[in-house]
Amino acid sequence: MRTVITWLLCSLAAAMPAAAAELHAPKDIAAGTDFAITVNGDSHGTFYLIGPATAEKRSVENGSEISVPGTDTEKAGNYQAILCSDECVSAEFYVHAAEADRLSLLVHPSRVPVATTNAISAVAIALDRFHNIVFSHAQVDFSVNSSNGSSASHAQPTNRGIAWIRLTSAAKASSTKISAAVGETTETRVVEQVASEACNLHIKSYWEANHLVVQTDPVRDCSGNNVPDGTVVSFTKTDSSGKTTVDAPIKKGIAKAEMPVVGHARISVASGVVLGNELNVGGAR
Amino acid sequence: MKWTLAIAIFAATIVLVIISWFQSGALERRRISSADTPDEAVRLLLSRVKSHNWDAAYAQLANSSYVDKDNFIHTFSGDDGSLRTYASLENYDVWPLHSNGRVATVRTKLHYSTAVGPLDDVRDMQVEHEGDAWKVLWSTAALPKLAPQVIPVNYLRWDVINRGAADDWGVQNVDSPRVRIVSMNAVQRPDRIVIVGEIVNEDTVPAYVDVNATLLHADGTAITQENSFDKISHILLPKQVSPYRVDFPGYRLTQIKSVRMDAKSMLVPASADPVIEVTGQKLQKDALGKMVLSGNLVNESGAIVNIPHVLASYYDSNGKVIWVSDGYVDQALLPQTPVSFAVDLPDDIASQAHTYHVVVNSFVNQAS
Repeated sequence: MRTVITWLLCSLAAAMPAAAAELHAPKDIAAGTDFAITVNGDSHGTFYLIGPATAEKRSVENGSEISVPGTDTEKAGNYQAILCSDECVSAEFYVHAAEADRLSLLVHPSRVPVATTNAISAVAIALDRFHNIVFSHAQVDFSVNSSNGSSASHAQPTNRGIAWIRLTSAAKASSTKISAAVGETTETRVVEQVASEACNLHIKSYWEANHLVVQTDPVRDCSGNNVPDGTVVSFTKTDSSGKTTVDAPIKKGIAKAEMPVVGHARISVASGVVLGNELNVGGAR
Repeated sequence: MKWTLAIAIFAATIVLVIISWFQSGALERRRISSADTPDEAVRLLLSRVKSHNWDAAYAQLANSSYVDKDNFIHTFSGDDGSLRTYASLENYDVWPLHSNGRVATVRTKLHYSTAVGPLDDVRDMQVEHEGDAWKVLWSTAALPKLAPQVIPVNYLRWDVINRGAADDWGVQNVDSPRVRIVSMNAVQRPDRIVIVGEIVNEDTVPAYVDVNATLLHADGTAITQENSFDKISHILLPKQVSPYRVDFPGYRLTQIKSVRMDAKSMLVPASADPVIEVTGQKLQKDALGKMVLSGNLVNESGAIVNIPHVLASYYDSNGKVIWVSDGYVDQALLPQTPVSFAVDLPDDIASQAHTYHVVVNSFVNQAS
């Protein structure tokens, strides 16, 4: 008799979990939206919600569902809901990103020489308003607006949340705005398309008071673009008094230096690795 | 016990006062209060300068009535925010050059302690016998003074808008400037390894640059790392070239397999002015017989350059950088006024130096 009672108690205990509550979460949940987890059975107990960036614990009363506010599921990823009373039961669900609402736009480089093929890359990453990458399909509208008035645009769908384009820099030096837009959001970056190395660096000289003034012709690259102001041009003069050097920045397109000259002098010019012509001048006046 | 402590403190105070009296050169001044020899006259003058006793030093001059007192004081204490205003006379060496009994020439080497390290100044002083003592005949060469005028400067400056703290994730900064080390040479000196070379800013914006060098074992592990510190022109305008030098005291080339170079650059606001002309560059021997590269600096802008710093790179006949030397100039650069400079280089390097290139760093105190 005692054996029979023991067997019955054990069977009852084994059958208890089967009678406990079951959790059922929705399959498709967007980040930041309110939803409810349905409970089959007794929902009284402690509810835990564990996600990629959250862990929450609260008491729940009897009812057929447990409501989860959107603020608890702002980060996309796998979540686990656990309900514990005498026993613990759990359910797993996945929260995906909400609608694309933000863009992260990476444009490289910030400065690029003119007429360089595929020199500029623009990468847009679609994000929802909670900074989750939106892996679902979204259309990113790229547009390029040059300071000289020309513009172009191109729509590119995202692939796993990322859309990118490559651009060839313009033939003329200018400042260019590259924008990417998704929904109501637009992000803009500025790329300076700058002249290349100086080409045909040429100097000439004239006398002013007792000083020799040496100045460059307008310094341009091989495409005819002005080399940016501030670029250093090095003048070197050698005469009987020794060597004289002046590192002069280009201002308004030309670089200029004033030098005293004793006897015969040889003057050379360079900018970075580019050499210019040489002048031979006579003595002081 | 109470009395013992009081006596000990009193005794320590007396000892410290005596030490400071000796330190201030008072003993020397007392010993040579009446200068019986030319070098004693110079020593007396310099000891008074060292203790900032300007009145007594000025009174020591044979030609004080012709010497402007403020100019005399500024010779030693500096003006216009120059390096000498951040310096003090630490010590001096004096030795007579020649004397005819009435007039003598005395050479002095003044050792200044400055904000950027020790600085030496060699001067020849004329001394004349007056009454029963020798007095210093101070050189009264008038400083060139620029006439009032307007010097037009087309002010060129770059400002940078950086990523803000409140910006969203993924908002990128403007790219750092593109710089390149164009040459590097490891030189063995008696007490150290010296890495010298040049770096160029290849970009179209100014760059703040720094060069790091790491000595490596054969297996690639690092032995030690140093950076160029002030042996470089940190702000490089577009296409500007700067020499650099990294010192490894106590290391020998036989200890290392290779050197890893690392040039760091940062985008910074900068100005293209002032432009400093370097004239009359010559390799020659100075008064002490040391090989120096000397010349004059001319500030072509209208603003005062407070502390000029000269960097020179030397090349052999193949155009390879074989040495980099530098020196601070303790005078401020007034507009259009030449100021001489000299940077030394080892004799064995000087014999190989075929040509050289000088660049000037300028430190401008905005408040001056």
